[in-house]
Amino acid sequence: MLQLQCPFCGLRDESEFSFGGEAHIARPLEPDALSDEEWADYLFNRSNVKGFHREMWLHAAGCRQWFYAIRNTVSYEFTAFYRVGDPLPDLPNRSVPGAAK
Amino acid sequence: MTNRLDTAGRIDRSKPISFRFNGKGYVGYQGDTIASALLANGVKVIGRSWKYHRARGFMGDGVEEANGLFQVQTGAKTIPNVRGTQAEIYEGLEFTSTNAWPNPNFDVLALFGKFSFMLPAGFYYKTFMWPAKLWMTYEHIIRKASGLGVAPKEQDTDHYEKTNEHCDVLVVGAGPSGIVAALHAARADARVLLVDEQSEMGGRLLSQNVQIEGNASSEWLRSALLELQAFENVTLLGRTTAFGYHDGNFVTAVQRLTDHLPESKQRGAREKVFRIRAKQVILATGAHERPIPFGYNDRAGVMLASAVSSYVVRYSAPLAKRAVVFTNNDGAYQTAIDLHRAGITVSAVVDSRSETNGDLPEIVRGLGIEVLTQSTVVKSKGGKSVTGAYVQSLSDDSKSLVGASRLFECDLIAVSGGWNPAIHLLAQSGGKVKWNDAKVCFEPDVVVQKQVSVGAANASFSLAEGLQEGAQAGDAAAKTLGFDPATNAAPKADSIKEQAIQPMWRVPYNADKPWDGPKQFVDFQNDVSVSDIYLAVREGFHSVEHVKRYTALGFGTDQGKTGNIVGMAILADALDKDIPSTGTTTFRPNYTPVTFGAVAGPDIDGTMFDPVRKTAIHQWHAEHGALFENVGQWHRPWYYPQGNETLQEAVNRECLATRNSVGIMDASTLGKIEIKGKDASKFLEMIYTNNWKKLAVGMARYGFMLGEDGMVMDDGVTVRLADDHFFMHTTTGGAASVMNWLEVWLQTEWPELEVFMTSVTDHWSTAAVVGPNSRKVVSSVVDGIDFDKDAFPFMGSRHGSIDGVPVWVNRISFSGELAYEVNVNANQGRHVWERLWAAGQPYDITAYGTETLHVLRAEKGYVIVGQDTDGSVSPEDLGMQWAMSKTKDYLGRRSLALQELRREDRKQFVGLLTVDPKIVLEEGGQILNEPAQQIPATMLGHVTSSYHSACLDRSIALALVRNGHKRQGETIYVSMNDGRTVPAVIGSTVFIDPKGERQNVA
Ligand SMILES: [Zn+2]
Repeated sequence: MLQLQCPFCGLRDESEFSFGGEAHIARPLEPDALSDEEWADYLFNRSNVKGFHREMWLHAAGCRQWFYAIRNTVSYEFTAFYRVGDPLPDLPNRSVPGAAK
Repeated sequence: MTNRLDTAGRIDRSKPISFRFNGKGYVGYQGDTIASALLANGVKVIGRSWKYHRARGFMGDGVEEANGLFQVQTGAKTIPNVRGTQAEIYEGLEFTSTNAWPNPNFDVLALFGKFSFMLPAGFYYKTFMWPAKLWMTYEHIIRKASGLGVAPKEQDTDHYEKTNEHCDVLVVGAGPSGIVAALHAARADARVLLVDEQSEMGGRLLSQNVQIEGNASSEWLRSALLELQAFENVTLLGRTTAFGYHDGNFVTAVQRLTDHLPESKQRGAREKVFRIRAKQVILATGAHERPIPFGYNDRAGVMLASAVSSYVVRYSAPLAKRAVVFTNNDGAYQTAIDLHRAGITVSAVVDSRSETNGDLPEIVRGLGIEVLTQSTVVKSKGGKSVTGAYVQSLSDDSKSLVGASRLFECDLIAVSGGWNPAIHLLAQSGGKVKWNDAKVCFEPDVVVQKQVSVGAANASFSLAEGLQEGAQAGDAAAKTLGFDPATNAAPKADSIKEQAIQPMWRVPYNADKPWDGPKQFVDFQNDVSVSDIYLAVREGFHSVEHVKRYTALGFGTDQGKTGNIVGMAILADALDKDIPSTGTTTFRPNYTPVTFGAVAGPDIDGTMFDPVRKTAIHQWHAEHGALFENVGQWHRPWYYPQGNETLQEAVNRECLATRNSVGIMDASTLGKIEIKGKDASKFLEMIYTNNWKKLAVGMARYGFMLGEDGMVMDDGVTVRLADDHFFMHTTTGGAASVMNWLEVWLQTEWPELEVFMTSVTDHWSTAAVVGPNSRKVVSSVVDGIDFDKDAFPFMGSRHGSIDGVPVWVNRISFSGELAYEVNVNANQGRHVWERLWAAGQPYDITAYGTETLHVLRAEKGYVIVGQDTDGSVSPEDLGMQWAMSKTKDYLGRRSLALQELRREDRKQFVGLLTVDPKIVLEEGGQILNEPAQQIPATMLGHVTSSYHSACLDRSIALALVRNGHKRQGETIYVSMNDGRTVPAVIGSTVFIDPKGERQNVA
C-alpha cells in the first residue's frame, strides 16, 4: 500500500485517499469554440505516461482536500506533493530502477 | 505405538498424541506434523491426485508440498487443503484424505488414471469446445472429480483479528540467515520484527546436524533465539506467514494462533493478520528443493531429498528400509549421510554428473555407499508405493541413455534437482530476478523497495554464506536507519568444498521424441507431466503464461512451488530456447492460501463490514410493522404490511390512501448539502443545467446535474435560503459522490470562487406529508407559517415551529400531489413525525415506504437517477429539455452538441402500457419490434421501471426505447423471463394528471 504526503495532514496510508486521474487538465474556457474532436480530446484522452507524471488525489477520509502529486507510473514512486495554486515542481529527469529496460 | 529412529530429533517422546486419519486411530508425538506422524506410522499412501486420481504420498516437508493435502476436522471447523507437512498434530485431531473416495487405497475415480490417454493437457478446454450436449453428459463426472478439499458449509464459528505493525526492520524467515540478520539489527537497537511460518524457529537448521561457531547447530539456535527473546525491541512471530509484499514496504502476514490446539484449548482469535509497515525488509525466505522428473516419479516413496533428511533428523521417522538417492548436486549427499546414520541402508547415490569431487560425496563413498555417476533413475518400480528404482547410464552429452538398466530394490527414492530461491515476496514487491547459470536457478536481481534478500533466498545456499549475508544485511539495515551497528562478526560455519550442480530437467528416453517414455510428473497437484508440456507446445502454446493455463502447471494450492521452474525449463527445451528467454510466470500474492476469515477479520459475521445508517424515526417504523430495504447504507422503510397483506396489497393501500387523502413518508435519507458564500449561485449555475441566479429567496427549484460527458449524474431540489445560502438535496445513493464532484470542481477548477460546502444529510430529519389533505395536517401543527395556497406556493420554502421546535417546510412534491416536506433537527425528528401522525388521524394518514414512493413517482413519470438512467442517458433522452438553460454554460453542456448525442435514434425515455392491463412487465425486459425474433434478436432498449398502479387499476412501465419519442402510439414487444413476449404500446411517461393540476389544492 502506498503512502501519500497530504500537503495539509502529512504522511498517511493510501486507503485514506481516492485517486483523481491526470492533473492540470483545464476545462476549456470557451467550450463552444472547440470542435467535437477537441472537446472529446478534453473529455476522454489522457496522456497515459509511462514514467513520472502529475496526478490528482483527494484526502477523502481526512481533510477532504484535493491536491497534486508527481508519481512514477512504473515504480509508483512519488517525488512531490503540492497544493492547488502552488508552483509546479519539476518532473524528475531520470530513469527508474525496475522500469522495463 | 509409533516406531521411531534412534536419532535425537525434535519430537517430545514423553508426550504421545492420539489422532485419527480416515477413521483409523494413530499415535504421534508432540512436535510431529501430520506428515511426520503418518510416515512414522508407516502410512505412505495418503491421497489421490487431482486429475488421474493416482495414489500419492508426501513429497516434501514444508510449504512446497503438493500431494499431502487433508480435510481437517468436520462441520463448521473443517479446514480444506491443509498441508500435512506443516500442520501440527494435537490430541483428538481428525482428518481425511483430499480427493479420495472411499479411501486412498481403493479410489473409485482412479478409473480416470486408467484412461489417462483421454485426459491430455488442455482436456478441460477441449471439452468445452465439444458440442454442448456432450458437456452435459461429462459435467457431473468432471465436477465430482475436480477440485480439492471441501469448503465448510456452516457459518464460521471462529473469530479473527487484524492489527497494524510498524518496525524498523522486518525479517521474513527465521532460518540461520534470518536469525542472524535479526540479531545484528536488534543489537544496533533497531526495532525488529521476525516472522516465521513454522511451529519452531530455525528453518533448515531444525533438520540438520551441523556446526556453527564450533558448536552443534541446535545449541547455537537455542542461544540465538534466547538472545532475540531478551530484546525489548524485538518481536518474534511464529506460525506466521508473510503472504503479500505490497507497495511502500507494506507486508501482510497471517499468524495461526489456534489451529495447532485441540478445540478445548483454543482461546481467542483463530488467526491474526498483521499489516506491517517496515522501514527495511530482509527476505530470508529460504529455498525450495525441486524434483527431477523420471518415469512414475509420483509413486508414494519418491520424496525430495531435503524432506527425507527432515523426517529422519527432525522427526526421527523411520521412512524406509532401503533408499536410493538421485541427484544432480552435492546437497543430496547429506541426505545419504543422514539416512546412513539413522540406520537406513542407502543402496546407491545416482548422480547425473560425470564427476563428484566435493567433500560430501567423499564422505558418502567413505561410508561404503555406491555412487553411480553420469547416471539417472529412469523409472520407479512398484504399485501404489515404491519397491525399486531402475537406474541407467547417461551418454557423455547427457542426451541419451546408454547400456542396460539396473534395478535397485528400495522403498524410498530421495530426489534433488537443485534449489529454487523463494523469490515470491521479492517478485511481489516489484523486484526482478535473473537466471544464474552456475547455480541453475533464478536469483534476485533488481530490487525496487527498501529490501534485501539473504541466504538461500539470495541463492547463497551454503550455511557459511547465509550467516555472513544475514549479519551484513542486519548491520546495513540498521545503519541505513541511523543506528550504529556493533562491529560483531557473523557466526562462522565450516565451508564445504562443492562440485557444481549440473542441470537435469528430465530423463532423455528418446532423443527424437522427447515427450516419449513413461509418465514423468512435473506438477504433482495438477498431474502435469513432461509430455503435457510438449503437447502444449505442439498445439501452438509457446508463451509460458499460455502453457501454464493450458496445462494447469502451477495452478494448485501449492502454486507450483516444486513444479514451476522444472516445467519452465522443459518448456524452454521444447521451444529450443534458454530458460531466461522463456521466462517465469508472474508471482502474485498470496504466497500460500489465506483463509477468508483472516481476510475478513473481525467483520467475519458481516455486521461490521458496512456501517448501517438508520434515520431518527427508524424505531417508529419498526414499531409500526415496516419492512426495511437497504438503500446504500441506509435502512429505509419498504412498506408497512397490515395483517397478512402481501407487498402488492400493502402498496395498493398505501398508494390509494395517499392519493385520496394523505400519506406520510420518511425522506430523511435524501442527501443534503449546504452551500454558502458570495459565489454560491455562480457555482450552482455551472453545476446544474438550469438557471439559479434569479431564484427568489424562499423558493426551491428542481435541478439536473450532468457529467462533463453530458450524461445525467444526479438530480434533486435545491432551496435558496438567502442570497448567498443554498440547500441542495441529492439522491439518497448519490450524496457522497455528488459532494466529491462539487469539491473537485470548486477546489481545482474554480478555487477563486468564494463557496463553502457542508454535508448535512444526517443533521436533518424529514417527513414528507403527501396528498390532498396534507395541508390540513401540516397546518394544524405548524406555527408561524401562512399555509394559504398563494402565500405558500408550490416550490415555496418557509420557516415555522412545532411545539416551539423550529421546523422548515418545503412545498415540493415527488408524487404530483399537494405535499409538504417538514424538516427538523434530527434530534427532534421522531417528535415532529409523531405530531404529524397524530394530526393526520382524522384523515386516516397512512405511512408509506420506498415501494409506494416508487409507484407514485412512476405514475407521474418522474425519473429515478440510477434506475431509469444508467450513465448513458442525456437529459434530452429523458425529454427534459425544459430543464436546460440556453443562456449559460454548465458542466456537460458542450457534450450535448456532440454528434453522438444528436443522433435521432438514441434510446429515449417513454411510458409503456401493456395491451393486457393485468400483465406487469419485468424490469430489465428487452424491447423488440416483433413478437418472435430469431436469436440474436434486435434489442431496442429495456424496461427501467414497472409496477401495478392501484390508482389506475392497471400496470404501468417506464422504458428506454430507441427513437422512442417519435414512436408514440406504436406497439412493441417486451421479452419476459419465461420466454414470452408481451405487447405494449409506447406513450407518455405521465400516467396520472398530465396537466399537473392535482397539487393545486385550493
Ligand atoms: Zn489531508
